[in-house]
Amino acid sequence: MMEKLELISKYPRSREYLLLILHELQRANPRNYLTPEDLRLAADYLNLPLSAVHDTVTFYTMFSLRPRGKHIIRLCDSPPCHLAGSWSLLSALKRELGIEVGETTPDGLFTLELTSCLGVCGVAPAMMVDDEVYGNLTEERLREILDSYREGR
Amino acid sequence: MSRIEVLLCAGTACLSSGAREVKAALLEALAEESLVGEVRIVETGCMGPCELGPIMLVYPEGIHYVRVRPADVREIVTEHFLKGRPVRRLLWTGELPESKEIPFFSRQLKVVLKNCGRIDPEDIEEYIAVGGYKALAKTLIEMSPADVIEEIKRSGLRGRGGAGFPTGLKWEFVRKAEGSPKYVICNADEGDPGAFMDRAILEGDPHAVLEGMAIAAYAVGAERGYIYVRAEYPLAVQRLETAISQARRYGLLGEGILETDFSFDVEIRVGAGAFVCGEETALIASIEGRRGEPRPRPPYPAQSGLFGKPTLINNVETFANVRHIVLRGADWFSSIGTQKSKGTKVFALAGQVKNTGLVEVPMGITLRELVYDIGGGAPNGKRVKAVQIGGPSGGCLPESLFHLPVDYESLTEHGAIMGSGGIIVLDESACMVNVAKFFLEFTAEESCGKCTPCRVGTRIMLGILERISRGEGTEEDLERLEELGHMVKDASLCGLGQTAPNPVLSSLRYFREEFLAHIRDKSCPAGVCPDLVHYVVVPELCRACDRCRQVCPTGAAQGTPGNPPYRIELSACINCGACFDACPFGAIERRPGRKER
Repeated sequence: MMEKLELISKYPRSREYLLLILHELQRANPRNYLTPEDLRLAADYLNLPLSAVHDTVTFYTMFSLRPRGKHIIRLCDSPPCHLAGSWSLLSALKRELGIEVGETTPDGLFTLELTSCLGVCGVAPAMMVDDEVYGNLTEERLREILDSYREGR
Repeated sequence: MSRIEVLLCAGTACLSSGAREVKAALLEALAEESLVGEVRIVETGCMGPCELGPIMLVYPEGIHYVRVRPADVREIVTEHFLKGRPVRRLLWTGELPESKEIPFFSRQLKVVLKNCGRIDPEDIEEYIAVGGYKALAKTLIEMSPADVIEEIKRSGLRGRGGAGFPTGLKWEFVRKAEGSPKYVICNADEGDPGAFMDRAILEGDPHAVLEGMAIAAYAVGAERGYIYVRAEYPLAVQRLETAISQARRYGLLGEGILETDFSFDVEIRVGAGAFVCGEETALIASIEGRRGEPRPRPPYPAQSGLFGKPTLINNVETFANVRHIVLRGADWFSSIGTQKSKGTKVFALAGQVKNTGLVEVPMGITLRELVYDIGGGAPNGKRVKAVQIGGPSGGCLPESLFHLPVDYESLTEHGAIMGSGGIIVLDESACMVNVAKFFLEFTAEESCGKCTPCRVGTRIMLGILERISRGEGTEEDLERLEELGHMVKDASLCGLGQTAPNPVLSSLRYFREEFLAHIRDKSCPAGVCPDLVHYVVVPELCRACDRCRQVCPTGAAQGTPGNPPYRIELSACINCGACFDACPFGAIERRPGRKER
């Protein structure tokens, strides 16, 4: 907990920094989620009731209260990607990973999520793995990308 | 001084198609040929034609290499850079000299995007070298805040985020509002599916946004600004962080800017995946560290915004216009565009169109020019059927309305909106019921749930659309959709709900026949809705490869390997389309109309 406190101590103790603090805490967790202790820490740090922090966290889709994979795959599900075939990529991803949307692979490596527009419609279909964006996806490219993360483990 | 300059697009789209690997290959090849000192590489923001990426623009010739792969780089270096013979097969136009008349570029008028793809966005000196921060200097030294507001008002600039509110007027409201401190917010929560101009501006010319914000802050009397960027744009966040720290170092942000007594600083706030935060009151709540839920207006943020103080909120593209107006004058700006819509607008072309990417055109250009002259029409010889303009708040306009000028009023009048400028081109293979359903699924999902008309209304409308797409709809459903749509528009709390029915209502207005085909004939004319199509094997094309049988989950695809044709037993078929996707010979055909059981 001390390390985490250190991590967020660069932020002033004001509620307007709550989202940035939550991002920071979530990133620091190898399983990409916010633990009950994280919420408590944020609440104490900003002198807020725990319920207020919980209230904010649950509003935003990018915060998770459950453990997720080491890498988060976010397949773009907006119309331009849809028209370009993101639908069949989704089945390929599910098949390749053996999980449904919202689930995590048993080895804890990947979580599969859908996202709204990533703003790279010119190279649709696209997805994001952590902070990296991949466009012009095909099933073959998908497998290469997944493999590169598997090898990087 | 380098002999050759290579501008390498490093926008997210080009990075996602491999620009980073191309750069690595380029550095390697240059080192091997001892050309490092002679060739200068500049990583720029988005050049526009994303679908052709990774893109490389080489000077002094000024030619574009497109779809460059790492394996191509050695040839470019040895043939072009060493021997002076450009690699034809990688050229955009395929010939030399490269036509100045690439329609994609020649029909554009770049004001806001002028620096995008031309300068290194991570180097403030490049921005300053092309006239950056000159407008801020002019504002602080030569103009009073009232002068600035007057100039912006006279220019006719309207908000580029969607609603098109006159920018100068908004500035004046904030200037005159009582209360202090005042805040300036840049809304960079670009969430409309199909819109990516703000991302491109932030990634390609972040200082232009900072400069616009600083000028606005001077005009309205603010000392603190926020940029709220969505978390899906990590590269934009990173380039903004760099730009802000450089601007601080150069004394262009912070205390006593340019040795005047004007102080202004900017902080970045990152969203966390909530579309509704693009709505201004929700965005303010999110910056305050709360749930991003909207609240009723009035009071408008100009009176009571962030922390209850007068707040100016403008969109990225709006701020990026400001410095041009200050430098070149309101008269110049208002000479571009139509009577009520001045200046240029950046559009994001996506969907079934040949040239996808970002284009900047004068307001008032027709949809036809945008889709055909610049976009090149639909690929594969298909017919363009409609455009979806304005995202989930906008509407679908049919090809018969492509003569319409693109300005705020004409689009609104016909059931679409300018919105943030996303244009999704739909060809004949798109089903309008499906498109309408898709956008409504999006808004129903993103509805924050605070007000009932939006939360419940969008769900009920979606349920009706789902019924129609399954072939279970009735003609009364269409009237019900319209009635509900108007109700949701009238009664919702914020812009999300007030515009959510637009895609459905406009589709009903222009493509009613298609809805009726789903209802009366139980047929999806475009062959998209899975329950209203059926699959058959085209005997002449079948090679009996057995792929369809292998992927079929229900045993409906039947046959013996090597013994064509295969057949699909419709009574067992669940219309999943797996065989259609799997067939390597295109021997499986999807036909409109429900299968006869």
